[in-house]
Order: sequence, then C-alpha cells, then structure tokens
Amino acid sequence: METKPLTAESVDPLAVPDTRGRFGSFGGVYVPETLYAALAQVSAEYEKAKKDPAFQAKLDGMLRDYVGRSTPLYFAARLTETAGGARIFLKREDLSHTGAHKINNSLGQALLAIRMGKRRLIAETGAGQHGVATATAAAVFGLECDVFMGTEDMRRQRPNVLRMNMLGARVVPVESGSRTLKDATNAAMRDWMESSPHTHYIIGSVVGPHPFPMMVRDFQSVIGRECRAQCLEQIGRLPDYVVACVGGGSNAAGIFYPFVGDAAVKLVGVEAGGKSSTPGEHAASITMGRPGVLHGSMSYVLQDDDGQTADVHSISAGLDYPGVGPEHAFWHDSRRVQYTSITDKLALEAFTTLTRREGIIPALESSHAVAHALQLAASLPKDRVVVINLSGRGDKDLDEAKRLLGL
Amino acid sequence: MNRIERIFRDLKSRGGRALMPFITAGDPDLDTTAAMLPRVEEAGASICELGIPFSDPIADGPVIQASMAYALSKHLRTADILAMTRRLRPRLNMGVVAMVSYSIVHRAGPRRFVADAAAAGFDGFIFPDLPLEESDAILGSVRDAGLTCTLLIAPTTPIERAEKIARASSGFVYVLSRSGITGERASLPADLAQRVQRLRGVTDLPITVGFGVSTPDQVRCVVEVADAVIVGSAIMRRVADVREQGRERVVDEVSRFVSELAAGLPGSAVAR
Repeated sequence: METKPLTAESVDPLAVPDTRGRFGSFGGVYVPETLYAALAQVSAEYEKAKKDPAFQAKLDGMLRDYVGRSTPLYFAARLTETAGGARIFLKREDLSHTGAHKINNSLGQALLAIRMGKRRLIAETGAGQHGVATATAAAVFGLECDVFMGTEDMRRQRPNVLRMNMLGARVVPVESGSRTLKDATNAAMRDWMESSPHTHYIIGSVVGPHPFPMMVRDFQSVIGRECRAQCLEQIGRLPDYVVACVGGGSNAAGIFYPFVGDAAVKLVGVEAGGKSSTPGEHAASITMGRPGVLHGSMSYVLQDDDGQTADVHSISAGLDYPGVGPEHAFWHDSRRVQYTSITDKLALEAFTTLTRREGIIPALESSHAVAHALQLAASLPKDRVVVINLSGRGDKDLDEAKRLLGL
Repeated sequence: MNRIERIFRDLKSRGGRALMPFITAGDPDLDTTAAMLPRVEEAGASICELGIPFSDPIADGPVIQASMAYALSKHLRTADILAMTRRLRPRLNMGVVAMVSYSIVHRAGPRRFVADAAAAGFDGFIFPDLPLEESDAILGSVRDAGLTCTLLIAPTTPIERAEKIARASSGFVYVLSRSGITGERASLPADLAQRVQRLRGVTDLPITVGFGVSTPDQVRCVVEVADAVIVGSAIMRRVADVREQGRERVVDEVSRFVSELAAGLPGSAVAR
C-alpha cells in the first residue's frame, strides 16, 4: 500500500501506536527473528489482559494495597518560595513501595508473565530502581528473577544491589561496553533470545521493540491519571506545566500520557545534560541526538556517523542511556512535548535544594526535573501551576551525592 | 546472475556444499582481515560472511561481541572496511556478504549503504537484527543493486512466516540452528534436519545453517541436510587466542582451522 510518509503532525497522538508499534515514523520492531515469536506472544497476551476485568482488578488491588497508591500530590510551599514564581507541586512517586515509579510497571508485567505461564523474570537496570522493583514483584509472586546490571552502575548504586540480593534476585554483572544501562539491556536481550519459552523480560522503560513502549506507558499512566484528578480536586484546575525527567522516559510517559489531549497543559521532558554538550559527556538523546535504531526500535539516539552507539554520561545512572522511548521522539517531532536538558551540576544543586527546603531527598534522576522546574517556576507569575513528577527517592544516591558534594 | 547465485548453482551441479566462514572485519586489524580472506578461500570457503562490527550486537554471543568491540576499539570505520574490500575483490573468487546491523544501515541511509557496499564488491547482505516487517526500506535497494539479501529464520519461526521470509530473501536463506545467540555448542539440535526439510517444501533457495557450529563433524552433519554451513564464533575465538602473536600467526591459525572445517564437506579428501 502506497501512503504518504507519516509526519508527526498528521498522526493522532491519542491513537498511537498503530498495530505495528509505530508512533508516527518511530517505534517498530527491530529485533533478531529469534525474538519475534516471544514479542508476538507478549503482544497477544497483553491485548487480552487489557480487556480482562480480573487482570485489571488484580493489578489495581496490588497498586493500592501493596504499592500504596494513589501517591500524593503535594504542594511544595518552601520550594515555591525558593523559586519565587509559579506554585510548584510534587507528584510523590518517591513514596511508592520500593521508592520509585518503576514498581507500577514491574507488577503489571509480572502479572502478565504469570498469565503466560512464565516462572522466571529478567530485567535490565541502571539506577537499580527497576531491578529492585522487578526483584520485589518476583518475591511477592514467587517467581525466579535475574537482573542484569553494568558494573559501573553496581558501583554507584550499591544500596540497590544489596536490596535485590536481599529480595532473592540474582544480580548479573555486565562487564561489556560502558558497563552501564545500554550494556545491561544488551545482556538481558541476549538472555531472552534463549530463555523466552520460560522467561519474561520486563523492560523497565518505554523503550525496546513493540509492544514494550506502549505497554510500559500504559502501566505507568496510573501516575498521570491520578495526577490529573488530584489537580482538579486540590487546585480546581489542570496544571500549566508538567515536568518530568527523561532517560528512557517511563516516568515522563506515565505522567504525560493522560494530559496529551489537554492542549493547555504544557509538557516538559528534561534530559541529562551531563557535563557539557560535547559528545560523550551527556545523555540527551532528543535534544542532541538524531533518529536511529537501537534496542529494537527507531527513535532518537546518540550515535556516531557510522551508527555506532555513542558513549554517554550522566550523574544519574537511570538517565545514563543513549536512547529514548519512541513515543517521546514522536511527541518531540509533533511538538506536543518540549524537551530540554539539565547539567549534572544543576541537578546536584536541585537535589540539595529539595532536600533542605522540603525535607525530601530526591533521586538524582528526578533532580533533573526539579532543577528545570525551579528555573521555569521562577520565570512564571505566581498564579501558575507547575507539577514535577518526583519519580523516585534518593536513598540509593547518598554515597554518590556525598562523594560529588565533597561531604 | 549474481555471484552468490552462481556459486550455489555450480555447487549444486556437482553435489557440493558451501562452507561460509564468518570473519569480523578489523579484528585484530584490517590488514590482517585482508591477508586472511584469500587464505580462507584457498582453505575451502565458498562465501565469506564479513561481519561489520557494531557496538551493540544483540544477536551475538560473547566471542563475536568481544571481537567487534576489539575492532571498534581501534577506531575502525565502515568506510575503511569498504575500501579494504574494494582493493581485495579482484583477488577473490569467493562470494563476500556483509553481516551488518540495521542500526548501521539506517544511519548511512539504506540506499547509500547498499550502493557503497555494491561498489566495494560485496555480493549480498545478512541483516541479523531486521525482521521481515521492517525490511521494506532495504529490500528494494538491495534488489536494484543486483545483490542478495538474507533475513534469518529461527526455530521459533512458524513455517508460514518462514515462507514469507524466504520469499523476501534472495541468494540463500539463513536458518538458525537454535534459538539464542551465536556461539559454539557441543551438539546440534535434534530437530534441525526436520526443520530444514520442512523449509525445502516452501522455498527453492539454497539453505544455509548457522549458530553453534564449531567442528568438522558438525559441518558434516549440517551439510547432510543443508546447502551451506556458517561457522563464526569458533573462528573468531581462535583469532582472539593468537591475536597478540602477530598477523601471520593469526592468518595461519584461521586458514588451518578453515581447512579442518572444510574436511567436513562432501568430496573432501578426508571426508568419510
């Protein structure tokens, strides 16, 4: 069938992805044939689960009674005072069981794995939050769990390695490449190519081949649905801005998606600006990359001219990734979401500011969103509302923050 | 007629089988690769699968992954591989197909990548991480250039889908002996012969089998049912073993091992 090339503007943002997993020209399924059958099975089972009230009830019950949802929407009065402009609210995903939004997705996919009769879970992890969330889901459902983690990330997120071990998961050290999230993802995909008959791979972000970007977005959308209702109830209107950090982009997709149809709500994704805009010193795939294929889908990626994945850097292990979810690429090109970046230095400052002003220690990932929101709020009148998705708490980052702050 | 098609036609007419060694371009350096290819042909290879190193080869096991990482650590560029191939092509009779990640092809632009590879003397392509559904963008370009294009068929691929993959492929189809990643295995899967036979029912293309083949005996078993056999990790492991001992040693080692593998082909002096 001959069709005009899709431009992001011509595609309905509420009707993506299509059946081939395309968000405009992004997404798709770029995987070895060996994985094709496994992905088809996940797709088919997810479509069934979505329509199964028993599945939804089970998941909702776990999110309420086990994760502690809904998470609060908190007016940060002293942070607002610091910025001196718009009112700042925090969506408190840091209060979720295990300390970050990642658990929303891990529980959903673990229930899906059980439906498919798969008794082993594998996951990649950068900051360790997704690894901990998946290890937790495995513990509560009695499943086996292996988590792939780069050795550089094991060093800087040591508390989470210990948590995974305590939970009974095996943390598989990944020594290849940059020894970070990208390499952990390669290792998990390689495992799944052999193990898919009895193993489900819980991808932790809105990346990878279809149906993962859609499925992870759906499981994380509980954040945005709650947030939207809480805004209406607590503030009496929708926010002017919603700000979230973007590595792969799962917390951002989760909070943005339910607001995509609300044209008046401006959505801002904050990437890791690292040390500088020099290649290799940041992880800002959308703001500084270009379309390419990585880990199973077409999206913005950081590559050299030959298509080799570039080295990336971020102070935060969870954002230290050379790609981004295809729906973010689509939102960027259709201008529905604005993407910007925040340096390591500003993120670390925001980490300290939020800790001292509000008594909330944020994850270094979320600190990027806080840093941008502080600048944004300062530039806006006092009657405006900025919501930050505080995607995770910073306990895991204390050693690293101490080192970086010279304490 | 494309060189790959001619090679298989000639083999078929005399009951021969093709040995297809996989060599990572640029491991340990491109001059060694250039010295290795003619020797590999002499040792009994009909087609060489030349691997274009990629930073994130998710279908590859530890040996090929490390081999590619080594090549890239020496700042290898795709353009250098093409230039080497172009220089060497007049001295080679065997077919040369590029095993290349779609990430690399997409970055260059499918049309440009295919044109450049054709100009360098490549005869075809194997795309290890490109399923049928995403192959439209590249298949037309490859066909227009008169080269072959091979997509992979896995043990988990249903026969109806395998037929479609074979129809989209040209030159030969590539059957994975097993699920999982590349690498040496002690034995071949029991159902391999049956899978190859079923595939014969839906395609006339020559059938190549790879993944996990590492010994002359396994070569012999594979070519009893298939038209060609690919050996990769077992070769590149030997390269890694003697990498520090100089170019000649690496080339001799690979040449010697390919000769051993070729002994598993029918008509070979030492074949049983």
